[in-house]
Order: sequence, then C-alpha cells, then structure tokens
Amino acid sequence: MSLIEGRTGSWEIVIGLEVHAQVVSEAKLFSGASAAFGAEPNTHVSPVDAAFPGMLPVINRHCVEQAVRTGLGLEAQINMVSVFDRKNYFYADLPAGYQISQFTKPVVGEGKITLDMDDGSTREIGITRLHLEQDAGKSLHDQNPTMTYVDLNRAGVALMEIVSEPDLRTAEEAGAYLRKLRSILRYLGTCDGNMEEGSMRCDCNVSVRRPGDPFGTRCEIKNVNSVRFVMQAIEIEARRQVELIEDGGAVIQQTRLFDPNRGETRPMRSKEQAHDYRYFPDPDLLPLVLDPKMVEDLKRNLPELPDKKKARFIADYKLSPYDAGVLVDERITAEFFETVAKGRDPKIAANWVTGELFGTLNREGLGIEQSPVSAQALGELLDLMGDGTLSGKLAKDVFAAMVKTGKAPAEIVEEQGLRQVTDTGAIESSIDAVMAANADKVAEYRSGKDKLFGFFVGQVMKATQGKANPGVVNDILRKKLAG
Amino acid sequence: MGVFTDLTLSDARDGLRKRDFSARELTEAHIAAVEAIRPLNAFIVETPEQALAAAASADVRLGRGEGLPLDGLPLAIKDLFCTKGVQTTAASRILKGFKPPYESTVTENLLNAGAVMLGKTNLDEFAMGSSNMTSAFGPVENPWRRAGDNRPLVPGGSSGGSAAAVAAYAALAATATDTGGSIRQPAGFCGIVGLKPTYGRCSRWGIVAFASSLDQAGPMTRTVRDSAIMLGVMAGHDPKDSTSAPLAVPDFEAALTGDIRGLRIGIPREYRVDGMPAEIEALWKQGIDWLEQAGAKAVEISLPMTKYALPTYYIIAPAEASSNLARYDGVRFGLRVPGATLDEMYENTRAEGFGEEVKRRVLIGTYVLSAGYYDAYYIKAQQVRTLIAKDFAKAFAEVDCILTPTAPSAAFAIGEKADDPLAMYLNDVFTVPVNLAGLPGISVPAGLSSDGLPLGLQVIGKAFDEETMFRVAGVVEQAAQFTHRAQGSRP
Repeated sequence: MSLIEGRTGSWEIVIGLEVHAQVVSEAKLFSGASAAFGAEPNTHVSPVDAAFPGMLPVINRHCVEQAVRTGLGLEAQINMVSVFDRKNYFYADLPAGYQISQFTKPVVGEGKITLDMDDGSTREIGITRLHLEQDAGKSLHDQNPTMTYVDLNRAGVALMEIVSEPDLRTAEEAGAYLRKLRSILRYLGTCDGNMEEGSMRCDCNVSVRRPGDPFGTRCEIKNVNSVRFVMQAIEIEARRQVELIEDGGAVIQQTRLFDPNRGETRPMRSKEQAHDYRYFPDPDLLPLVLDPKMVEDLKRNLPELPDKKKARFIADYKLSPYDAGVLVDERITAEFFETVAKGRDPKIAANWVTGELFGTLNREGLGIEQSPVSAQALGELLDLMGDGTLSGKLAKDVFAAMVKTGKAPAEIVEEQGLRQVTDTGAIESSIDAVMAANADKVAEYRSGKDKLFGFFVGQVMKATQGKANPGVVNDILRKKLAG
Repeated sequence: MGVFTDLTLSDARDGLRKRDFSARELTEAHIAAVEAIRPLNAFIVETPEQALAAAASADVRLGRGEGLPLDGLPLAIKDLFCTKGVQTTAASRILKGFKPPYESTVTENLLNAGAVMLGKTNLDEFAMGSSNMTSAFGPVENPWRRAGDNRPLVPGGSSGGSAAAVAAYAALAATATDTGGSIRQPAGFCGIVGLKPTYGRCSRWGIVAFASSLDQAGPMTRTVRDSAIMLGVMAGHDPKDSTSAPLAVPDFEAALTGDIRGLRIGIPREYRVDGMPAEIEALWKQGIDWLEQAGAKAVEISLPMTKYALPTYYIIAPAEASSNLARYDGVRFGLRVPGATLDEMYENTRAEGFGEEVKRRVLIGTYVLSAGYYDAYYIKAQQVRTLIAKDFAKAFAEVDCILTPTAPSAAFAIGEKADDPLAMYLNDVFTVPVNLAGLPGISVPAGLSSDGLPLGLQVIGKAFDEETMFRVAGVVEQAAQFTHRAQGSRP
C-alpha cells in the first residue's frame, strides 16, 4: 500500500477519474457536420450545431456503435435502453443553451479495467458508467481586446464520458489506468487517445483519508490534458489536502484547476452560485433502444484486446509478462511483433523489437508506424542470423544500416560484404597466422593461462574483420591451442 | 374576386385543374383580400411577389395538365414555420428580422406540392397564448363580432392570425401548430375547421419549438375535406425529426365516406366542467344526436385524470419551453442588446426580446426543473401524463372516437382575461389532454352562441387513425350546416 506521510501520520489517497474521450467518427453526434479536427473556425457547423430555430438532433448510429464497442471492451453492462437528457446552462460556446448528454440512464453501465503494475501484480479498477454527450464549441478570448470569439467546429462532436469508481490509490495507479484505458480505446478504434489535441481529457476526483477511514471530502481537478499532469496534479492536490487537514482545516468540496507551471491546484473562478443544470429527458429524441443483434454483432467483431493478447503472447510465444506487456501496449506494436515472429523464434523477435527497434525509435522520436525498418525487413534480418549468414554482432551493424538507408538486409550484406565466414579452411589459416605471430602467448596458454583464450578469439575476429563465425572460431581455436 | 376567395380549397383545386380560372387570378384575388383585411393584423409579413411567381409556375404546370396536388392554391403560413429567406419571428422581438437559411419540412412539402404562400401569419409570441394578445406585433382581431356589439374580439390562439385569415376568406387554408389547443381553440373561435394530427404525423423540423413533446403542425381550413387534403400533403415521415412517425400517409380525403354507422362515439363524463355555459352543453348534446342519427352509438366514457390535465400541461410545456428558448441568447442570430459582460448581454437581450407571457413560462419552466422541485413537479407531471394517456387508451378500447366541445366559451373581447393568466389557461381545458396523450383532434364549427359567435365541437381520434376522426368530423359538419359568415370577412 502506498501512503503519503504527513506530520501526524500516514494518509491514503482516493482517486476517481472521469475521462472525456472524443469518439472516432466522421460526423458529429447529432448532425451531419464533419467532426474533423483543425479546420478553419466555423467551417464545420450545421444549423443544428448552431442551434438555429426549429433545428432537431438526429442520433448518429456510428457514434452509438462506438460507445457500445467501448462498453464491450471494458467488459461493461450494455444498457439496451438509455436516455438522452438536456444539461441546461448558458455559455456563449453552447449554442442551444443546453448540452445533450445522458444523466440517469447511460448507454453503458458497470465495467472494469485491469491494471498491470510495475511489480508484476494486477489491480482491477471499476468503471461506473460510460455515456454519450456533445462537446461544446470553443471560446477564443485572445483574438480581440474587447470581444470573445466563438468557434463552433467542435460544438456537437461526440464524446464518451468514462467514469471510474474511486478505486485508485496512487498517482501511479491513476497514470496506469489512463494508459490502459487509452490502449483499449485505441485497440477498439473508438478514440484516438490524443491528449494533446484534446481528444482525451481527464477530470480527477481526489480525496485523502486515514487508512481504514471512510472517504474524505473530495475536490475535482478539471480538464487535465496529459498522463504526466494527471499524476502531478493528484500528488500535489493530495499533499495540499493533507497539509490543510493537519493544520486543523477541512477540505471543502470544490472544482479546481491544475497549473503545471506553478505546480499547484487552485479553485476555479468562483461562480456566483452553484450550477443547477436542470437535467431532463430531451423531448426531441426518443429513448435509445439498442437492437440485441447489433450488440451481438459488435461483440463478435471486437478485436483481441490488450489483456487477452498479452496472455496469448505469454502462453504461445513463452514471452515474459514484462515483454508481453510492452508489446501489447499498442495494437500496431503487437501486430509488428507478430509479423516479425511468424515462423521465427518469438523470443529473439521480441528481443529485437523491444531492444534494437524500440531503442532506435526512441532515439529518433518516431512512432512504430513511422519505423524506418518494416516488420518484414526485420524478419528477413532475423532469417539471415538464423541461417548463419550473420552473427549477432553483424546483424546489429546491418540493422543500423537498414535504419540509415532503408535498404533490405540482404542488399546491405551483399554491398558491404558482411557475410559471416564459416569456411573452416579460411578460419583455420587465420588462426594459424595468429598463433604463429603470438607464439609466446600460445606457450603461456598451454602452461595454464586459460584466460588468454579470449585474446586469441579477439585476434582472429580482428583478422577476419569480424566476419568469422564465432562458434566455428571457438571450436577450431580450442582444438589447435590444445595442441 | 369574391367568387375566387369564397371557394373551398377543394373547389379551387378542381377549378384550376379544369382551367376554369388561372392560379394567377386566384392568387391575385387572395393578395387583394390579404390587403383588405390588414385591419385584423392577421399577417406579420405579406409575400405577394413570391405568391405571384409561384402562381405563374403553377399555371405552366396546370396548363400542361401536370398539376401538383396543391398547385396554385394560396395559403397562409403561421410565422412559427421557418421559411427560407422570408422573415420568421415566432411573433417575438427576439427574432425580428431573422431570415432562416432553410425551409421547414411541412412548408417544403406544401411548396413542393405547388402551394402558393401569401405571407406569414401572426400568433401569440412563441405560440404561448390562447388569445393572440401576446404577439410582439400586436393582437389579431377576430373577423367575428358579437351581435349588437362592435368591440373587437380575440381570434383565439396561438394560431390567431391563421384562423382570422381563413375565417376572413383571405386564404384558402393556413398552416398552424397546436401545443395545447393552438389550432382547435382559434378554429372554434373563428368558425372554421382546425386539426391537430397525431403527435409524430407531421415533422417538427424547421418549426420554432415551444414544447417539443407536445408541438404538432396541422391545417386550418373552412371544410373538413380541405383539412384532409392539407394534412395529406403536410404529413409524412421525416428522417430529420426523430419523433416523426415512420408511417405511410393514408388518403385522408378518401376516408370522408359520410358513413359512420356502427361507430361508437365516446362522451367523456368529466368534460362537463363547472361554469360551462348551457349553450355549449346544449351544442354538445346536439352533436351527439347528429352522430346517433347518422347511425353511430354514443357511449358514456370516463377520463378520470382530466382534472389534472391543465396543471400537468402547465408544468411540462413551460419546462420544455424554458430549455427550448435558451438558444435565444443574442449570440448567433436575432436581437442582441449589448452588455458589459456576457451575462449582462444575456439579461439585456432576453429582457428586451421576450414578452411577459414568454418570461412567465420560462420562469415557471426553470422553476419546475430546478433541483429540489424537479421530482415534485416535473416527474410528477410526467407520471400524470402517462395516466392521462392510459385513460384515453382505456376509453379507445371501447370507442372509435370521442366527441367534446372545443372550448368552454366563445371568443372573448380583446383585453378580457389579459390580467388573469389562470382564466386564460382554462380555455384549453378540452384541448390540452389530447396533446398530452399525443392524439389527433379536430374542431368543427357546429353552431352559434346566443350572441352570434361560432362554437366548435371537437372529435378526438385514436393515435394515427385520423381517417375515422375525419369521417366523424365530416358527419358533424354535414349535420351542422354551418354557413354563417363572419361580419369581418367581407371588409
């Protein structure tokens, strides 16, 4: 159990996360307008999005399917009947004066996410619910000294709000939860998980308590936009609450903002009064009734998700849980690995993908989808090792050349004459030459100085420019030195 | 000229097809009539050029024998329907000058059928009212006067402009909307036929929303046949409105067989309300007799939840309205009254843009949805609404239609009841339950009050069985032989 130490003893942090995930969809949740990111302001707006008089919402079937698929991916209960409600409040970037959301009857109910902790243990985190809702537009306060501009491109874009139970206990767990959730969403293709573009945003509910006590009063930190910031914000907010309580104060339930530059959370600009959203069922929309067959079809066509894939990698490829975990984190990485491993030694494939390849990608700042070495090419390289053409060391050189030139491994081997020498005749003559040139060392070796064996290997490899097959060199050298 | 404007919609249709006269002649006569009735204040916007252009196109098609269902027929459009490029205000200052870049589905259906739009008619602001006195463009006068009393009367509301235009023979028919009686009550007050179809029969897309779960478009006409013709064109499934019914539109005109033998007509006991004038009670009895003489059987039924209908309606409708009207905020269209902050701009805009009745309902609606009151008001009202619908469902297991008065009184004078919203709300006591249950209802002029004002009877049908309702309404019309004309109809 990870506790934080205060002046008066230990405290436990209790964390629940609300993630807003933008649904991958061509069109918005209730209008046909494009949901694409990054267009000129107010170019992806229909009269429905701008809430013109008499305009009516019509649910986008694809967005519903995406939400259901996500629910299935979270092993959650799918609610065959759900209801869209209006959440009423006035703001300039909320054209209708209400957001269409789901309040009492969300499309997805309770589910769970399994976290893999660094020590190899797992933790199950409860999902309370997932519901569909519209995004608001964007207020631009920096375009004019006296006016606020409004961009409605985002208004009406479909979001999934995914709410966790207050099951998380450390900032690390919260980080692991977000990464795992993002991984699942990306596997499903229901959200691109891009926190920088705002397609995944997180509200953190944080409270502290003495271990074993009931929950303390929580604060909600709004709109945190990276995993790192979420972890920092939780840590900082928990410390603030502990200090406050230990100084004799009490936490008041409030909404706060995280300021990463100043490393603090602070209350959001105080509103004159608390919002009363006056939720009620949207009379423009009928209850959302799902067709059981549709849900069955979506379930049947769900991709293999990270947990299952990891278990399979461990069972079928005999990978370590750690390697398997690293490889399944992103669907595209797992696919890359499986392409490399097909018909080859999976452990060697895993080592190369997590070792040389990841090292290169990290160094170059590239994602695996931009890898200069394709899975196909990496497989060919492993084949050249397998058939003895390349030693491990040569293979690394070839890999480096592949990264640089993008050429096929066989081509590089050919061009640079890197083929491993296994011709025993050539190796024998090299060995003979080395022994002749170092007769004193041969004598020393023969009189018991075993450690010199490495010296001879080195000399032979040097003479052959590293191309000699190390196994063959060892065998022959041992025999010859034995006299 | 009088000849053309006196025609019914169906006669005008037939005359145009036979080329007895042209769409241009018919339209010109109506444009003149619209001008002539300006003192009634029935129109907010007149569109004569557009009308003449539409008539010219209609004449071309009619000349080729390719006339569309409503080709060349001049109609008035309630100013709650968005009309592309033509000012649409909902009779509110907040939308003054607003020209929608789109056409409502219902008016598009009419225009695609060749109809000619004469202009946009006045109404209670955002359709909230039963007198047409809440319009930002001033009240509409009923073309009728009490015998021996020249005080101007209200046409009813909210579709008062549409009712007055049709009753004054300035349009062959009009579109209207009905949320709690806004078609049937003014039809009753103006001596014409007003139909509220089943909820979901007509698309709401492009109609300025008042209370989304209750609003429904329908026609105002001078005959039941005209009503059937109009509904046939206005109705139909619209994928743009999730609450529109995916049903085929029957041939409503063909349902007017006049044969109601064997039909069972429900007479709800609870509609004999306290204080209802004896003459209305008598007219109702008369209506029952007419139907029995035509071979139907009157059956007393009970709708025990009736007394809760008005309070239920005055919770649900304002609740939805308070949310529907949040979009009129001065940010994107319509009136904007500047302020130092965003909140101040909202306050200034809405304070100046909305009239008293709209503000009253927005406040009521906001209140009943507020934390702490939601369960006691909104949820309770929804539960009662379900019970009201069950009352009707139970009754309709035994009867084919229900006959009631349209309203508990005839038209009243402009200014009467203006300071008593509750008395005003009572006008809708017979019409509101029909909206809450989502059923079709039609008001047919059936007689005159002792002071010479029209009184209507309402026929309520089963959901999506407008055909039987039309058939019964046709028999009432036939029996009533209502040939009286408003004094103001020949100004």
